Amino acid sequence: MIEKKVVVGLPHGLHARPAANFVKLATTFKSEIKLVKNEKEANGKSIMGVMASAIAKGDEISLVANGVDEAEAIAALEKVLLEEE
Amino acid sequence: MSREIAGVKASAGIVIGAALLLQNSELEVQTVSVEDADAEIRRFQEALEKAKADLQEISERVEREMGPEQADIFRAHLMVLEDPELVDTVTATIKQERVNAESALNDAAQGFISIFEQMDNEYMRERAADIRDVTRRVLSYLLGVELGMPGQTKEEVIVIAKDLTPSDTAQLDRRYVKGFVTDIGGRTSHSAIMARSMGIPAVVGTREITSAVQPGSKIIVDGHAGVVIIDPSEEQIALYRAKQAEYDRQKAEWAQLVDRKTVSQDGHHVELAANIGSPQDLEEVIAHGAEGVGLFRTEFLYMGREDFPSEEEQFQAYKQVLEKMEGKPVVIRTLDIGGDKHLPYLNMPEEMNPFLGFRAIRLCLDQQDLFRTQLRALLRASVYGNLKIMFPMIATLEEFRQAKALLEEEKEALQKSGVDLSKPFEVGIMIEIPAAAMMADVFADEVDFFSIGTNDLIQYTLAADRMNERVSYLYQPYHPAVLRLIRQVIEAGHAKGKWVGMCGEMAGDPIAIPILLGMGLDEFSMSASSILPARQQIGGISREMAAKEIPLILGMSTSQQVEDFVTNRFAHMNS
Repeated sequence: MIEKKVVVGLPHGLHARPAANFVKLATTFKSEIKLVKNEKEANGKSIMGVMASAIAKGDEISLVANGVDEAEAIAALEKVLLEEE
Repeated sequence: MSREIAGVKASAGIVIGAALLLQNSELEVQTVSVEDADAEIRRFQEALEKAKADLQEISERVEREMGPEQADIFRAHLMVLEDPELVDTVTATIKQERVNAESALNDAAQGFISIFEQMDNEYMRERAADIRDVTRRVLSYLLGVELGMPGQTKEEVIVIAKDLTPSDTAQLDRRYVKGFVTDIGGRTSHSAIMARSMGIPAVVGTREITSAVQPGSKIIVDGHAGVVIIDPSEEQIALYRAKQAEYDRQKAEWAQLVDRKTVSQDGHHVELAANIGSPQDLEEVIAHGAEGVGLFRTEFLYMGREDFPSEEEQFQAYKQVLEKMEGKPVVIRTLDIGGDKHLPYLNMPEEMNPFLGFRAIRLCLDQQDLFRTQLRALLRASVYGNLKIMFPMIATLEEFRQAKALLEEEKEALQKSGVDLSKPFEVGIMIEIPAAAMMADVFADEVDFFSIGTNDLIQYTLAADRMNERVSYLYQPYHPAVLRLIRQVIEAGHAKGKWVGMCGEMAGDPIAIPILLGMGLDEFSMSASSILPARQQIGGISREMAAKEIPLILGMSTSQQVEDFVTNRFAHMNS
């Protein structure tokens, strides 16, 4: 399992299209993906889970991946969270 | 038995057709225990697959017919059905509690809906409606009930709704919608404006149409009288067919005026322009012989979507309008959001008094990134036609100066990066706040033009919320107070050599037209469908004679007095 702290750069947070992009990408990995904000966990492959966690720009969250391709998953998904435009 | 319901006439014309109710009836879900959990899970999965196939087909068709932006919502719905949290919860519930799929799905969805409904962000709260919507689709397959898909009709219909929001109308397929009837709203509500720009009849504010009409019933919508007839008799249908024919004849007469200039009886030219919400509206505008676009409400570019339109997207829309108008003037109003127009993705707190609140230029001067993006798109489009940029809701000179300074900053930056901005364009303001009308002489030194936005000017002058039916009697366009303000603005503009237009509904109103013409208004911007009747009317009025009546009109005591006077004085001049 890998856990990485990320400060979200997306200008409108993990809303709408960015959330959809995150989930679509997460689904391509075999590993289990989680987003943790204020000790609340969301399934990174669940669009409703991700949106309900209301992750905003500047939030410090943990990105967790657990599985065979966890390293690739963390690297790819972190990029989505850091995007500024 | 036929039944007649009266409402507010919102858009002219007569249509006879089938009613389509835009409303979500509740699907009833009962909890039943099941013996064979695996069979129940299979039933759930089959319904899920059918719903996904539906959405796939709809999103592809919408993308083809209306573009990728409009299809986004259905792709988002697809993702909800693919959400493992939802699917796993439902299957686990069926297995552990041995309940039917309908009940398990309903419970799981309710769980998510209540999470979203409690969020403090309007965009997120609206996602609850999305979840409800997709759940209904799966439930309908489980229950074997057919769902009406309002936005996705393939037949010609008359849309019946409580109210039509801007995002509702963005999703409607314009080819099939032949009329609107709503429970609430007035002449200036979104549904009314939309109907006029689409050139279809509408009656709004009927209070009870949604409860009075059955889906599929035959109805007659008379947009001239503001009347709807449900289940009409053969005689009524014949009568209205005759009226329709008469209206068509009148339209044919107007059609001959399409390529003419608008000239008063005594030879004065005025410009008749159209109000639009998107490049799509231009077809109607050109067909009705507009001499320009007097108001492009850019907020519609921001509505019915999930995120802000990019600079490039806006640039393309502005460029398209400027090019299609072939050098005729195009007044583009910068973003006017707030009041009755919300953007779900722009998180704005609820206000007690939205029409007096954080909207239009106030919001743009605060959220400068948003504003600058739009200004850059406008600047880049400026070389493609005759652009006039207009700032809405200006109350003070400082606001205008600040907005103009931002425009100048963006202009310089673009020029430095080598963008062609060689074509001059005008920068003006919308006069809709009484303070700005009173100070028009001061503004006239710094702006290139005024356009009087009467919908708001009237509601602010008489302090009457135009969305509130109980004070609608105070929405008085001909009130001498309103007319005096209008006169003051026109005079102030002309004294400094600036042109003055009007882009509210009043500009196309047959009672107001003789008064405005007499006051010397230069440009009248209205719904496309009002242009030809207005051109015909103006052709029959002498501006000099109308001007002589202005002092008398401005000295009158009530709106009714003005209306009666104008009707009598100018009636013989109208054909």
